[in-house]
Amino acid sequence: MRIESKDRFETLRAQARESNASRMQQVLVCCGTGCLAWGSKKVAEAFASEIAKRSVDATVDLFVKSTGCHGFCERGPLVALQPSGILYTKVKPNRVEEIVETTLIGGEVIQNLLYKEPVSGERIAQYDEIPFYKNQVRVAMRNIGRIDPTSILDAIAEGAYSGLARALFEMTPDEVLDEVEISGQRGRGGAGFATARKWRSCKAAPGDRRFVLCNGDEGDPGAFKDRSIMEGDPHSVIEGIIIGAYALGAHEGWIYVRDEYPLAVVNLGIAIAEARKYGLLGQNIMGSGFDFDIKISRGGGAFVCGESSALMRSLEGKTGEPRAKYVHSTEKGLFDLPTVLNNVETWAGIGAIIDRGGEWFASMGTERSKGTKAFSLVGKVKNTGLIELPMGTTLRHIIYDIGGGILNDRPFKAVQTGGPSGGCVPAELLDLPVDFEELTKAGSMMGSGGMIVMDDRTCMVDVSRFFLAFLEEESCGKCTPCREGLHQMVQIYDRLIAGDGVEGDIELIERLAAGMQLGSLCELGKSAPNPVLSTLRYFRSEYEAHIRDKACPAGICRELTAYEIIEEGCDGCHVCFKACPVDAIEGVVKELHIIHQDACISCGACFDVCPTNTIRTFPKIELKKAEVV
Amino acid sequence: MPTLKINGRRVTVDADATILDAVRAAGVEVPTLCHFDGLEPWGGCRLCVVDMSQAGWEDDWFKVVTACNHPVDEGMTVVTDSERIIETRRVVLDLLLARCPEAPLIQELARDYGIEETSYTPNPEPDDCILCGLCTRVCDHIGVSAISSADRGWGREIAPPFHKPPPDCIGCLACAEICPTDCIPYETSNIRRTIWGKEFEMLRDPKTGEAVITKEQAEHFAERSGVPITYFETSDTSKRRQMASTFQKLQVVK
Ligand SMILES: Cc1cc2nc3c(=O)[nH]c(=O)nc-3n(C[C@H](O)[C@H](O)[C@H](O)COP(=O)(O)O)c2cc1C
Ligand code: SF4
Ligand code: SF4
Ligand code: FES
Repeated sequence: MRIESKDRFETLRAQARESNASRMQQVLVCCGTGCLAWGSKKVAEAFASEIAKRSVDATVDLFVKSTGCHGFCERGPLVALQPSGILYTKVKPNRVEEIVETTLIGGEVIQNLLYKEPVSGERIAQYDEIPFYKNQVRVAMRNIGRIDPTSILDAIAEGAYSGLARALFEMTPDEVLDEVEISGQRGRGGAGFATARKWRSCKAAPGDRRFVLCNGDEGDPGAFKDRSIMEGDPHSVIEGIIIGAYALGAHEGWIYVRDEYPLAVVNLGIAIAEARKYGLLGQNIMGSGFDFDIKISRGGGAFVCGESSALMRSLEGKTGEPRAKYVHSTEKGLFDLPTVLNNVETWAGIGAIIDRGGEWFASMGTERSKGTKAFSLVGKVKNTGLIELPMGTTLRHIIYDIGGGILNDRPFKAVQTGGPSGGCVPAELLDLPVDFEELTKAGSMMGSGGMIVMDDRTCMVDVSRFFLAFLEEESCGKCTPCREGLHQMVQIYDRLIAGDGVEGDIELIERLAAGMQLGSLCELGKSAPNPVLSTLRYFRSEYEAHIRDKACPAGICRELTAYEIIEEGCDGCHVCFKACPVDAIEGVVKELHIIHQDACISCGACFDVCPTNTIRTFPKIELKKAEVV
Repeated sequence: MPTLKINGRRVTVDADATILDAVRAAGVEVPTLCHFDGLEPWGGCRLCVVDMSQAGWEDDWFKVVTACNHPVDEGMTVVTDSERIIETRRVVLDLLLARCPEAPLIQELARDYGIEETSYTPNPEPDDCILCGLCTRVCDHIGVSAISSADRGWGREIAPPFHKPPPDCIGCLACAEICPTDCIPYETSNIRRTIWGKEFEMLRDPKTGEAVITKEQAEHFAERSGVPITYFETSDTSKRRQMASTFQKLQVVK
């Protein structure tokens, strides 16, 4: 079964393609973490048994696969049918019999299982026609949801390892480097450092032992692009790493996976074992004479372990703490030997770049940010999930065309990008083309590609506090500016939110932010002030309102916000009465309701449920003023 | 041997020197808190920041780096007192003063930078530990590693494992002596010593009864150096007496 030559690989690929094509029908059940949580395992089992039962009397050739994330997580479990391309959402095991009967055997579409387009309300049958997918261009995520991640033949049929075959048999290591340089690809894990430049610097370092590492730590709250790639198409990551190792002359590699990603570990483990079995890893890969192998290492469980020097310390078996270093890890990295560390998504793109050429990749994107980028789109948008788009796509396109607009059609206020130490981009910049440069110019960053969409019911002071509190938790505590600075930042924000802010607090925040940026040891501390500085830049008046007027303009900060029912609008539906956790609302059905201010705890539960939008917020301080009068 | 410019002054230092070595060679002072000559630089306190520009960089392009662990290079320019450097040190000291409002060393350093009172919320449970890591590093250095830093972020602290008397501690007091804020409590007498909640019996001079070091310490050093344990029991007074009697026996030859 070992592939011992390029011909053998090509024959195998042709066979795999043929066997995939000859399968009459396929049921693809999404078994990504999101869908698993919705119970997709049970759905897959139900299909397996139903199909087994039926195949006796009906001659339908069926196949059940476990596929990775489709990026549509809140509509799970998802079931895609091939070759018809029909997508069913929210499939429960009790609908399986019906699907087999009606669609697989009968060829009819079940309307109420189809995806409903939130804007038009239309039901869409075809997977590719859903705007969420139609607008995407997938490179790193090319095979996610299309292959069974536990089947190497399935991956090969869809093009996996074709880039590797090309590199090993048609290119010298230097030509591979040149091709990556032509692609213009930049790292997808944070700083956007040019991949080829990093590789060249490592290659130029003396010594003959060097390492390639893959960063799958993904500690940003809410981010899941790397997880989805590792779970849904582990071969794309492995292929990229082997190609990188070949270009660099490395023979050892590690994939560092976040401890909370058990499925990623399992799928990567299966993929590595299969790749070894087929001679794609280990000695004499594909008969080319090149030796290379990969190990999986489970992360230390902290956000900071994703930072390159901390990650390498952790791999060495030491405490995963950043090290002050003024020598690049490409020269002195893991065990003080030359090392290349790239992000999961970076590696996943390499195979495609070599297979289809650097020019092809560079033809997408902007002047200085080439290719496509994966984002996790979450927050107050109608469609959330994982997307991949050409660099330079505007925020408007992402939020409105792909995300389907803001939930409940509320006004869009800002989008937070780049993970916890990213920044907030305000509504005025909706037409901003998203790439490394533009995001940085706007005071935010690409980071790992997180996008949290926020509506008008978002207080920017409160949001900044949320990120600061996360970072305070995750700071390793080694250096003073980050450890003490984040702690004090949170103290100041607590003050602002409670209405205890004083004149001079904004200036204090700004001075502290500058000290942390210049003084911190690693990027965590250096970039931690980003949420602060970007919200100050675009929403300074909200800060001022908290300090001077003791008011939260968005009506969120509890200590500063009061709620009342607008008389004219209330139709006495009684919904708010039931929602209030402290019985502060009085009223009988069909009559005007009122909120008792002395009992109200400003939780906003009534506001969120009122069907007629008849509850309004106002600064609590007005109550006090009224008392005085 | 590379030549650098420190605040406009030229100095030449060894190729393996750090910026801190060069700065000192130039007679310029840069404050440090987590640095100790002989221990590997750590770069944690961030007080020793300086502005640095390397040969070949654009004229006005400077980077903020820590002097204690940054290697020197030919043609490097270092400025130790630019406005942003002073301001960064001020933020660091202001923060440390909030953490340790009662530590004289921090009060003094802060005062040097014009800070009488912290701008931040003072620690409700004042503590003198500035988390400089010197104690744990010196303990690692002598090959004991009895204490370490536990927890992360603001909750970080120096402690023995599980907050119990550390089984590996040899009672040498290196940590307490290196601590810049003297915040590691210990007690010692001719008979007994206590540190980190662990009690030690002292190894006493058979002649004078004076205690020099703990038994565990003597064993640790004896094992590593191959010197017999009796070498460590002789007190300084005993040594002096022995020498005096030897000298008395010597005839002065003219
Ligand atoms: C606090 C911190 C956390 C990080 N976490 C991650 C992570 O989870 N995954 C990642 O790929 N890079 C992370 N990075 C960036 C890495 O240090 C490194 O730049 C990256 O892995 C390089 O890969 P790339 O060039 O392919 O982007 C983190 C950086 C910092 C400072
Ligand atoms: S910046 Fe924060 S995370 Fe990085 S070394 Fe300093 S304390 Fe640790
Ligand atoms: S106990 Fe002393 S030496 Fe140890 S970290 Fe704290 S201040 Fe530094
Ligand atoms: S002395 Fe350099 S960082 Fe502490």
